[in-house]
Amino acid sequence: MRNHVNAKHLDQIRAEVLQDRGANKPCITVCGGTGCHTQGAEVLVGVFREEVRKQGIEESVDIRITGCHGFCERGPIVVIHPEGIFYEKTKIKDVEKIVTETIVNKNIVETLLYRDLSTKKRIVREKDIPFYNQQKRIVLGNNGLIDPTDIRDYIALNGYQALVKVLRDMTPEEVIAEIKASGLRGRGGAGFPTGKKWEICRSTVSDMKYVICNADEGDPGAFMDRSVLEGNPHCIIEGMIIGAYAIGASAGFIYVRTEYPLAVKHVKIALKLAREYGLLGESVLGSGFKFDIQVFQGAGAFVSGEETSLMASIEGQRSFPRPRPPFPTQVGLWGKPTTINNVETWANIPHIIANGADWYSKIGTDNSKGTKIFSLVGKINNTGLVEVPMGITLRQIVYDIGGGIKSEKRIKKKFKAIQTGGPSGGCIPENMLDLPIDYDTLAKAGSIMGSGGMIVMDEDTCMVDVARYFLNFTQEESCGKCSPCRIGTVQMVEILNRITQGKGEEADIERLENLANTIKTHSLCGLGQTAPNPVLTTLRYFRSEYLLHVKEKHCPASVCKALIEYRVVPEKCTGCQRCVSVCPTGAITGPRAQLHNLDPSKCIKCRACYEICHFDAIAGDAIVIRSKGRSADEQTK
Amino acid sequence: MTNKDYIDIFSGLKGEEGDLIPILQRIHEKFRYIPEEAIKQMSLFLKISENQIFGVASFYSQFKFVEPGKCTIKVCMGTACHVRGSQSILEEFKRWLHIEPGQTTDNKLFTLETVNCLGACALGPIVVFDRDYHGQMRIKEVEELIQKYRSENERESEAVV
Repeated sequence: MRNHVNAKHLDQIRAEVLQDRGANKPCITVCGGTGCHTQGAEVLVGVFREEVRKQGIEESVDIRITGCHGFCERGPIVVIHPEGIFYEKTKIKDVEKIVTETIVNKNIVETLLYRDLSTKKRIVREKDIPFYNQQKRIVLGNNGLIDPTDIRDYIALNGYQALVKVLRDMTPEEVIAEIKASGLRGRGGAGFPTGKKWEICRSTVSDMKYVICNADEGDPGAFMDRSVLEGNPHCIIEGMIIGAYAIGASAGFIYVRTEYPLAVKHVKIALKLAREYGLLGESVLGSGFKFDIQVFQGAGAFVSGEETSLMASIEGQRSFPRPRPPFPTQVGLWGKPTTINNVETWANIPHIIANGADWYSKIGTDNSKGTKIFSLVGKINNTGLVEVPMGITLRQIVYDIGGGIKSEKRIKKKFKAIQTGGPSGGCIPENMLDLPIDYDTLAKAGSIMGSGGMIVMDEDTCMVDVARYFLNFTQEESCGKCSPCRIGTVQMVEILNRITQGKGEEADIERLENLANTIKTHSLCGLGQTAPNPVLTTLRYFRSEYLLHVKEKHCPASVCKALIEYRVVPEKCTGCQRCVSVCPTGAITGPRAQLHNLDPSKCIKCRACYEICHFDAIAGDAIVIRSKGRSADEQTK
Repeated sequence: MTNKDYIDIFSGLKGEEGDLIPILQRIHEKFRYIPEEAIKQMSLFLKISENQIFGVASFYSQFKFVEPGKCTIKVCMGTACHVRGSQSILEEFKRWLHIEPGQTTDNKLFTLETVNCLGACALGPIVVFDRDYHGQMRIKEVEELIQKYRSENERESEAVV
């Protein structure tokens, strides 16, 4: 099959851009993701522009603000192409040196290079840094190369060629067959086979169909989707147009959460440009296929991430979920068949079409194909976004890519758990670090893949407190429609509050388990059905911690406020008076150069003294936090 | 607020039920909260009851019904910030401002809010003053930031006089 497609202008743009740039023209790219943005990336770009103008070389060097590079820990990140030289934590004062040394004189600025955590050696190229060289960046790969507000950048890197191929050479059925063969499963968390979803939607007869991109990334600690929306919006749009062609939809929505202003801005720009270039509208690339997309901003409700709630929100209602079946593929937005996929799922589509299902299905495990993006955060050295093939172990992610656990003031900390899947997921303990990650193994471990949040926890994290944190979150975000979730989560939070306040009893643990199982089996939507997971997994793997809280009123991580106290260690206190000056309640007293005294009855446990003492290299940790009711030598901390 | 303001806000929309949330967002953008008068105007435009509008608006945490203070402080309570001590940072703000999250100080200067995640996890614990991000916050910096904004505001008000 060969349909009429007018894509000559795309080829022309690609040729122009490539010719203008040449293979060796230097390009300074500054990461513009939210992480680097908040650390001053935008100002930095301005200073670079000014500097090359000052040196009179603006014609021979490109400067580009790109999407998120993923290595947020090291921001603001500057990468010099074509060599791929990686400069970290770049400041305004470094700009002149980079331009003079690296761009003009072709030298490396050693002090700005990343230093390997174990070998302590400086690394020049981005691709040689352990954080990057063990990843497989299919979706994120172009983020660092293109300016997301310039469609020509995306086109130059073969952007929209998958769409051309689909419209020119493939029938909708062939597209669906290709996606099915690739083995792609939904990246929003549940892992439903994407091709199958499309097939059901295609076979449902209707005068109107919709596609929706679920970009309501609500899990705290997860920002994969935001990074793609901000950094490479066109690959999502291309995926959606292909999906719409396959199922026969003529309208689409991108539902973005309002907390992501930069993502909203970039997506809106991208849609406008796509229309101008004939990629959206009455006849996509002159093929006669009609399709357009509009942006819908969420309004700050976590439950809107659930597909039926999301549609209610677009319809102008409260974000209430409804029972399924019927599934949205049959009865969706305004009652019409609707395909809802997550950002990352849509972003995978152009790659699958361009490289073939065979290529894609060779990546990953038997039942989980391709790569997955995780946001690696918490007590980890290399905070950032990692894209890895399915089947990689948690240990590889935490230690090889993540660089291991962050030390605190030269004190090495021990790994305790990794939390995957956000409020719907669970905590996985150290002895399961060799678990290969895919949808099924994570489910077996009691957690879920979820959208891809990974929060690393060390020995200073209290697992009961973590469970309480997540339950508190889901309880606040419960929409209130069904009673197991609305009432059950409140009961669970009350019990967990009691335990962390030292008022728990042994029977509370059984009560928690009973409630958890009831909520899991009887709730209406995914929010309630998965809400108890953080409690169930911590009970499964860290039961002893619950028992210590309940039986001995002891918090081994020294986190739960009611169970801890602050003390001054006499041997370490130098009497520097810094803690005295920061204490807001006058609980610490003592003359200079003499041992200070801390009055527990006045102490409000605000942590100010601990922090100031902790950061003082001379005194060291003279102020310590200890669990009450245990003698100092019984404690590790 | 004049009728023309509402005409601007409603421009380009057909007045369908699906327009409700986008309109609420436009109003919120303009006033930083949803005034009672706006709900009346919306009811006329969309031909749905004020009750229904309030029901939808109050469901979403983005919409507020009381005018916020001059500066909104958002403390991120995402998981990454939580394990790095955001709860203590929030306590410190509450202690200095004598308000709970969602409330505004008597002098209408500060509104304290919590957010679920800002997605800048590498910088946790993180606090946002209006649009300024302050990453890797320490307890002591809470007071310093509050004082800084207070004195800046005083300077501004004096300049106006």
